[in-house]
Amino acid sequence: MGMPNLRQAYTPHPVVDQSAANLRAYVDGADAISGRPFMQEVLEGLTAPLDEADIQGLSFERTTPRLLAPDTEDNLERVFEDNRWTDCLPIVLPTEARVEAMLKGTSHSPDTIVGRLRPTVFREAWEFTVEKVAVNAVMAGARPEYFPVILALAASGITARSSSTTSFAAITVVNGPIRNEIKMNSGIGAMGPYNHANATIGRAYGLLSQNLQGGSVPGDTYMGSSGNWYAYTAVLPEAEERSPWQPLHVQKGFKPSESIATVFFGGWYTHAGYGPRATWKEKMRHALAAVEQYSPPLFVMDPIVARGFVNLGFETKEKLIDWCAENALLTAREYWDNQSIQLLRPKAVAGIEPYASRLKANPDDVITIYEPSDINIVVAGGETQGAWKMISGALRATVSIDKWR
Amino acid sequence: MSQQITIHDPRGYPPKVVGKRLAPRLSALDGKTIYLVDCLFDNSDVFMDQLRQWFGDHLPAVDIRTIRPKETWSDDEQMRKTIASDGDAAILGVGL
Repeated sequence: MGMPNLRQAYTPHPVVDQSAANLRAYVDGADAISGRPFMQEVLEGLTAPLDEADIQGLSFERTTPRLLAPDTEDNLERVFEDNRWTDCLPIVLPTEARVEAMLKGTSHSPDTIVGRLRPTVFREAWEFTVEKVAVNAVMAGARPEYFPVILALAASGITARSSSTTSFAAITVVNGPIRNEIKMNSGIGAMGPYNHANATIGRAYGLLSQNLQGGSVPGDTYMGSSGNWYAYTAVLPEAEERSPWQPLHVQKGFKPSESIATVFFGGWYTHAGYGPRATWKEKMRHALAAVEQYSPPLFVMDPIVARGFVNLGFETKEKLIDWCAENALLTAREYWDNQSIQLLRPKAVAGIEPYASRLKANPDDVITIYEPSDINIVVAGGETQGAWKMISGALRATVSIDKWR
Repeated sequence: MSQQITIHDPRGYPPKVVGKRLAPRLSALDGKTIYLVDCLFDNSDVFMDQLRQWFGDHLPAVDIRTIRPKETWSDDEQMRKTIASDGDAAILGVGL
């Protein structure tokens, strides 16, 4: 930050869920880092005279090398593991030849700046080039033909290694011709470990996020309390050819011929259901009421389910989404008691809708908790079961894959 | 396996660190106005209230005011202007 002696005082963790009495004990107690009285650190921070370093600040350049010092494969694998440059699974070492081969998957030059990423909005963003993305794509085991998808995800500005204490993961939906060109799987086991492209593109997104943003190290650059299994890999192509509805990217205004990656931020919960059966409305209402309301649902519906809803009169995704938004209900008391929803309270106080109306409601009033624009549906699955999943996922970015070909 | 190979560093490029001067410190706190900046993270309001109470108990001559940005995760320029114009110092509560 350029301030080598920034005045700081540290409470113990956590502040979340602590009583007022416990938090007063933090204030009356010791600084969690220095061990000195917390308030002594605070008061000295306000009054201790500045020295020359405080006045000058500190400026310096930082960089990372292009290549590591030569070593044996075993030792280099250990270097990657010890530096936490992996996802704790074996990686493909990014030799010059492998990276060069990956770079053939795009027309962009290796030194093209792709974007910037950071673990949270409070942290500095690191920058990276096409070549640096290629290094991480190699590590994930991806093939050059997948590289435009991986570059698009890197350019999205959305990290797949968020440091949020709530343990977000990034979930990607791929639409357009690229799905078939690189043989992604939207059929049997689409969300499982059964397709090379699905698996390694998602893994590459995670690895590039942690390495290109400056790390994802627990207790340092990663604070997710429980972590998230979706963070290993979560990429899904939509089964456009077997869906009775418009593909996701066309819904968002793109042409069917465009290849688009849509990034969702979530992975907190997964509900499941079948059908639609006779009691589907009750099932869906229960599921919608049971979500973590700060993170809206992304539905993944098998084509059997999608066709079933069409038979019930939901000729478009939008029609079903509207029904879901109208039937995602909670009492205002439950809604505003949610920990993460507190983050929306300032918007409500500022009069921003729909939050303001939700705040004005009496505690026992039943309110809708999502707008239709919050909810998304994609179609995927092998039609061996009429199954749907409701996954936590707020749409954060739609990025062109074609731009990175 | 003893053959040596050369491989790429997988890390991105950190930004240049630009030196910044700290704001002048106060020689004493009595009679001064100190803003407590509640970052709106989970339970931060409860913590800041306890901090405010501590000042009331131990340094009652200090005018303590709690202030919040208009929105979570955003830089509230108006809030900063208020602190600069009406305050002598600020304590920022940072969640992450």
